[in-house]
Amino acid sequence: MSQTQWEVVIGLEVHAQLNTASKIFSAASTAFGAEPNRQASAVDLALPGVLPVLNRGAVERAIRFGLAIGGRVAEKSIFARKNYFYPDLPKGYQISQFERPVVEGGTLTLRVGEGEKAYEKRVRLTRAHLEEDAGKSLHEDFHGMSGIDLNRAGTPLLEIVSEPDMRSAAEAVAYAKALHGLVRWIDICDGNMQEGSFRCDANVSVRPKGEEAFGTRREIKNLNSFRFLQQAIDYEVQWQINEIEEGRTIQQATVLFDPDSGETRMMRSKEDAHDYRYFPDPDLLPLVINPDWIEVVKEDLFHQVGPLPREWHAKFESEYGLSRADAIALTPFPRIPHVFVAAAREAVQEGETVRATAKIAANWITNEYLRRWNESAEKHPTVEIPEGVSGELVGYLIRKVRQNEITARTAKDLLDEFWRNAEAIGFTAHGGTEGDIDRLIDQRGLKQVNDSGAIEAIVDEVLAANQKSVDEFRTGKEKAFNALVGQVMKASKGKANPTQVNELLRRKLGA
Amino acid sequence: MIDSSLTELAAALAGRRVSSVELTQEALARIAAHQDLNAFITVDEAGALEAARAADDRRAQGTGGPLVGIPLAHKDVFCTEGLATTCGSRMLANFVSPYDAHVVSRLRAAGAVCVGKTNMDEFAMGSSNENSYFGPVKNPWDRERIPGGSSGGSAVAVAAGMVPIATGTDTGGSIRQPASLCGVTGIKPTYGVVSRYGMVAYASSLDQGGAFARSAQDCALLLSAMAGFDSRDSTSLDRPPEDYTRGLDQPLAGLRIGLPKEFFADGLAADVRAALDGALAEYRRLGATLVEVSLPNARLAIPAYYVIAPAEASSNLSRFDGVRYGHRAAEYSDLQDMYSRSRAEGFGAEVKRRILIGTYVLSHGYYDAYYIQAQKLRRLIAQDFAAALNECDVIAGPVSPTTAWRIGEKSDDPVQMYLSDIYTIAVNLAGLPGLSLPAGVGAEGLPVGLQLIGNYFAEARLLNAAHQFQLATDWHQRRPPAT
Repeated sequence: MSQTQWEVVIGLEVHAQLNTASKIFSAASTAFGAEPNRQASAVDLALPGVLPVLNRGAVERAIRFGLAIGGRVAEKSIFARKNYFYPDLPKGYQISQFERPVVEGGTLTLRVGEGEKAYEKRVRLTRAHLEEDAGKSLHEDFHGMSGIDLNRAGTPLLEIVSEPDMRSAAEAVAYAKALHGLVRWIDICDGNMQEGSFRCDANVSVRPKGEEAFGTRREIKNLNSFRFLQQAIDYEVQWQINEIEEGRTIQQATVLFDPDSGETRMMRSKEDAHDYRYFPDPDLLPLVINPDWIEVVKEDLFHQVGPLPREWHAKFESEYGLSRADAIALTPFPRIPHVFVAAAREAVQEGETVRATAKIAANWITNEYLRRWNESAEKHPTVEIPEGVSGELVGYLIRKVRQNEITARTAKDLLDEFWRNAEAIGFTAHGGTEGDIDRLIDQRGLKQVNDSGAIEAIVDEVLAANQKSVDEFRTGKEKAFNALVGQVMKASKGKANPTQVNELLRRKLGA
Repeated sequence: MIDSSLTELAAALAGRRVSSVELTQEALARIAAHQDLNAFITVDEAGALEAARAADDRRAQGTGGPLVGIPLAHKDVFCTEGLATTCGSRMLANFVSPYDAHVVSRLRAAGAVCVGKTNMDEFAMGSSNENSYFGPVKNPWDRERIPGGSSGGSAVAVAAGMVPIATGTDTGGSIRQPASLCGVTGIKPTYGVVSRYGMVAYASSLDQGGAFARSAQDCALLLSAMAGFDSRDSTSLDRPPEDYTRGLDQPLAGLRIGLPKEFFADGLAADVRAALDGALAEYRRLGATLVEVSLPNARLAIPAYYVIAPAEASSNLSRFDGVRYGHRAAEYSDLQDMYSRSRAEGFGAEVKRRILIGTYVLSHGYYDAYYIQAQKLRRLIAQDFAAALNECDVIAGPVSPTTAWRIGEKSDDPVQMYLSDIYTIAVNLAGLPGLSLPAGVGAEGLPVGLQLIGNYFAEARLLNAAHQFQLATDWHQRRPPAT
């Protein structure tokens, strides 16, 4: 084995199915799951004489995307024919965009990794273009023949191409997830990966660290889950490194990922690549998008979903003093930044600005609040989950914690309880109010114990009962200290002021 | 009766002096009598008579316009619901469209009675109508000769008096040239005036539907019913509907007719030249002035066309793959073999030649040298016309360098065949309207057409110029022998 350090280079091409009611060039429905060929019009079947007419809604969705990534929406873009023969491609060509796409440039800033290790990563986008999907070939149940289902033929797609800016499978997955979140945020794609509404192709190459020239890439086609994307890239990277280290060279190729074996295998080499004979489609005029149209789309978008993620990020950095990575974590979908803002503002005490509460509120939202939301979303996949608890209520809990009225532990328990309340009534209302908090603190005696005498008594009891932990701590095991803190908190029913508990324990242990 | 003008026929129908059923029967009888001309691929006797009866009912109620009850034929490139649409190809020999082309439904709504579908060069590729799977069409003026193409069947159906009007399409001259060689009037409007929806595509950026009739006046009536915006065709022009008969009676005094010097040079047969000179003299008598203009890049039209049209055709014809409809080989070993055999069997030689040329010029490494270059030529040609039309109102010139040639005469030499379209092709590349009207006869007594070319949307002006000529002359009234 050589000692070469390898660097991974990844670029992604994502096909996002646009959520228009009708197809990109015909009036047929795009609804998923109909009987084969029931949603294929004369245009989709490519009968002799039919002609395409561009769906305005598909263009508006492309404009939304251009705005969301800060790209350039082309004033004039061109539809081109990509010619090849395949039974599920009825015209013998796919209408796509080639030399002049509808969107160029733009960036997506990601948060990669979790917790303290999370970092920000900026990925440049090359382009996004409109095109039509092909139909499906069905090779089973036809006794050696193939069935053709053209329901999907003509479904609008936005193909989003990134620069080769990603340097690990984790970055690629973070990018795909961010893009997935973004297209749903701006409501241009339902993001349903099982139904193929969001599919990734990954261009992967490796090069020795420090080398500037790219290695030869192989393209992994049609990855329809984040897990497969991760697995396929991991496998492909290791395969390429092995090949090179064993003295072979990488040949440019298109490969498929087999989820069963976890391996990639070659579909076709560069030599077999099609010559698609692109040329401008004479049936369609150039797509002209004037600035007024873009303005209208921008206003509609704001009216429908509020600020864009990148607008929130800028605000959270400049006004709230958060890092870009933290800001990104607060924008998984449009509701959350509003919840965060409400929480941060409510948590503020007299004489403070939101800068004082932003970080703690961000932690609460990204750790506590989103976790519960995601759990609920997983439990009720078909239910649109609204807020179980308002941002103001989260902020109120934070304020109570910061004012030493309740412990963080108590606050989390209350958040849990309120969330369960909301879930029990199908999220038809919030699970609790600020009044409930005050009442429950009273009724249940949840007030934080700040009386040092009372805490000291509990600490003494715990130390006496846990000699083993005390010994372990004295031999240098820091973990034993945490166990003792836990015991004290448990004995106080979670109410003891944690700062005081820490101080008292340290003092008593002579640490 | 069927030989009367459209205006006369409409008046007779309105006055109940003749019924649409009678006219339709007369048309069907003529078609049957001239089967040797092979003008029709499909004759729809039952459907025609049913439509004629419905038209008579409409006439009885006094509703509808001039076309109610008028027999007509469609070029077999227009899709007709329930009636075979073959495009003159084995590939579509058994294809029955489930929908009507825009032109077909408009004329159906206008009350015209479709008697059948006319023969044509396969997928509209050809200048002689010899490239039809259903056999060549014969010129009624001389059955040994070609009628021109690709809309040869429609031109012959009108020339031989089978129908008073017929539709056609013109990609590089396919209406004007057969009109010229058969002695009828034919107009190709500005690109975008007639919807291409349901018109099987040959070369999308050049294809345009148009009209055949025995006179400019009848063409104007037919075109008024065919033309108009169609949201299903993105290249259809959204303009208010036009009555193309509105300017017919305008006198020609002061009309400036431009004669491109390149069109009256080498290559134009002497007898054609002489006939055209006679027609131009007539125009002078009608008050027009003749000015020389120049189209310096027109000579590049044929090379440009034979890059662009095949390029588009190679892609347009990809849908004929044997998968969903059309011809599929009886036996094949795998998918590729199915494609190869089905297309090899389904397409004729000229279609294959153009698919090969088109595939070649679009291929990686050749695209810039051919396709892009041809598009530049196309722009230069359009600029030439714009400059010329600054100096005149209408351009006049030949349609075809010769009169109708003998069947088989140019079959072995595609380039000779292509060159016969030298005067018509540039008009399609520029997207301008063009018209051919009977203007005289050649040395062998065969018809010679004069081409009139106008600015964009100048159809009414062209029809006016042709109509005034036809008021003063009788070339358009001459009938082929034994029809």
